[in-house]
Amino acid sequence: MTEIFGVPTQALFGQLLIGLINGSFYALLSLGLAVIFGLLNIINFTHGAQYMMGAFVAYFLLNQFGVSYWWALLVAPILVGATGVVIERTMLARLYKLDHLYGLLLTFGLALIIQGLFRHEYGSAGLPYQIPAQLQGGQNLGFMFLPNYRAWVIVASLAVCLGTWFVIERTKLGAYLRAATENPALVQAFGVNVPRMITLTYGFGVALAALAGVMAAPIYQVSPQMGADLIIVVFAVVVIGGMGSIMGAIVTGFGLGVIEGLTKVFYPEASNTVIFIIMAIVLMMRPAGLFGTVR
Amino acid sequence: MKLKRTLIAAAVAALAGTAQAQISDGVIKIGVMNDMSGLYADLTGPGSVVAARLAVEDFGAAKKGMKVEIVSADHQNKPDVGSTIARGWYDTDKVDVIVDVPTSSVALAVNQITRDKGKAFLVSGAATSDLTGKACSPNTIHWTYDTWMLANGTGSAIVKTGGDSWFFLTADYAFGHALERDTEAVVLKNGGKVLGKVRHPFPGSDFSSFLLQAQASKAKIIGLANAGGDTINSIKQASEFGIVKGGQNLAGLLVFLTDIKALGLQTAQGLIFTETFYWDQNDATRAFAKRFSAQAPRNNYPTMIHAGVYSAVLHYLKAIEAGKTDDGTKVIAQMKAMPTNDTLFGKGTIREDGRKLHDALLVEVKKPAESKGPWDLYKIRATIPASQAFRPVAEGGCPLVK
Repeated sequence: MTEIFGVPTQALFGQLLIGLINGSFYALLSLGLAVIFGLLNIINFTHGAQYMMGAFVAYFLLNQFGVSYWWALLVAPILVGATGVVIERTMLARLYKLDHLYGLLLTFGLALIIQGLFRHEYGSAGLPYQIPAQLQGGQNLGFMFLPNYRAWVIVASLAVCLGTWFVIERTKLGAYLRAATENPALVQAFGVNVPRMITLTYGFGVALAALAGVMAAPIYQVSPQMGADLIIVVFAVVVIGGMGSIMGAIVTGFGLGVIEGLTKVFYPEASNTVIFIIMAIVLMMRPAGLFGTVR
Repeated sequence: MKLKRTLIAAAVAALAGTAQAQISDGVIKIGVMNDMSGLYADLTGPGSVVAARLAVEDFGAAKKGMKVEIVSADHQNKPDVGSTIARGWYDTDKVDVIVDVPTSSVALAVNQITRDKGKAFLVSGAATSDLTGKACSPNTIHWTYDTWMLANGTGSAIVKTGGDSWFFLTADYAFGHALERDTEAVVLKNGGKVLGKVRHPFPGSDFSSFLLQAQASKAKIIGLANAGGDTINSIKQASEFGIVKGGQNLAGLLVFLTDIKALGLQTAQGLIFTETFYWDQNDATRAFAKRFSAQAPRNNYPTMIHAGVYSAVLHYLKAIEAGKTDDGTKVIAQMKAMPTNDTLFGKGTIREDGRKLHDALLVEVKKPAESKGPWDLYKIRATIPASQAFRPVAEGGCPLVK
């Protein structure tokens, strides 16, 4: 068997694939963050909590109402997105004129409150959520055993990411959105309801987080701190990609997943620091991030 | 009457404007410190406060005229946070004893602070056997379990039934390292071999990459030297990646009742591990579980850590009653001198190195069909007598023992 740096190539392929799978979660989450930051200029620290809420909603839908995973993929993002709309209307909307810091503090506080409430109610060990029957089992790829569910995660995440990118960068609706962030007064003058558009954008970003949460539920335990564990990494991903850059968030999400996966093979102890090391280096070389532009 | 004397002494001290650490203020203050909000919150957390309260109740402190107060704090699994709380408790809040403290890195820090301040430390949550080995202290008793006991119980049982090649998945901090070291020693001693190990960041969430490495090693047994949420996710993802179906077996080296509850029997069935307490052993343990559950968050049943907190606090109060002092070093000496006896662990003793001795249980997780209730989760496969369950005192290298 051939080896690269003492690691069999077969094992390496497996690790690359695993990295891509983790990367798909990073990409989905950082995409939502990038959309919200790019279009609203809000640093949404509640994102991790909203991801967690998505997983919990999926759990309740299944266990209280017998709603399957597939419907949860649709219903949970809508429900959690709706709570996002309420948060935007009642709280965030008051902060747009202020410094970024206020939005950050508000959303960070909200995240702590939401996580605290869920922990009080459901404990920290978490709740089990089974992989849907259609996706149980897996394929033997020769170099590794790929669970069907993980394959589905990569495909679904890629589709959602590219779809979002397409809508924002290539359609008329996306053009309105981008214009509204550049110059809200002018766009409003053309008869576009800018505040409502911004509200819906926030709701959409939150829905993306919830969608990631539903997809994560069968893999990780549905637990109150599942988002808190992830959110810091995802922020690093967004910063590396360039705050607000949609493509940047997608590409760095997948890319960093792979880099992290490789670190887990060559030097596992550093696997949770490697992303921050990259972040520090990128910020030194390109302060606006890999895909960002200086405003 | 010691209390009257201390009360007078305290009054005198207060009048003189000096507060002396050695003189009790008439209140025995118990500080329960653990992970109240993170991945160990269900297996320690607020449940340990409930257990301490039940112990104070059963001791009958109020009837005996002893004033006992319980305070609690969240150390967030961080040694620096734990150290700050411990110092604040001892120096300004007049806490006499710190109880529980899961997360070995935090427990080792509190162990040293307690020794420096001459207070008392009753460990139930932390696992590292170093607490009665090279880090042993005249102010610390390690109550419920330790890494050597887990390794010895689970490790030798598995090697003897044919699981003779191992790969370790280890939480990268003091506890994981100690558990891995102790288990490796048991595996080698019983004629097994260790094919590899990987250390994962703590706490982790995705273990698939590490599990894949374990799979590639072709080891018969993948030893999980981690705990709580990390173990839950490792087991869940191992099942996803078809590790058990592929012929490899998992050995959960430290698994708690609440972990199994969270995993569900469907995923966890057949898992074998070692505990020192299970609620469904006899009428007394069942009655305790019921009382505990009525007060615990989400009506959880007690883990062995909760049971250990109860048992330790009870014995601590008995020792104060017998020794008529709450001076940390003296109470610990008194506790070691008296045999222990409570409804949860039965009769036991405390060794010179601070190791509490009682039986250990080798348990197996039931199949879904075998379980008759939401907490009916284990079958007890074997009882390991106290004399064999823990590390012989001579092998620990505790400097207190000559």
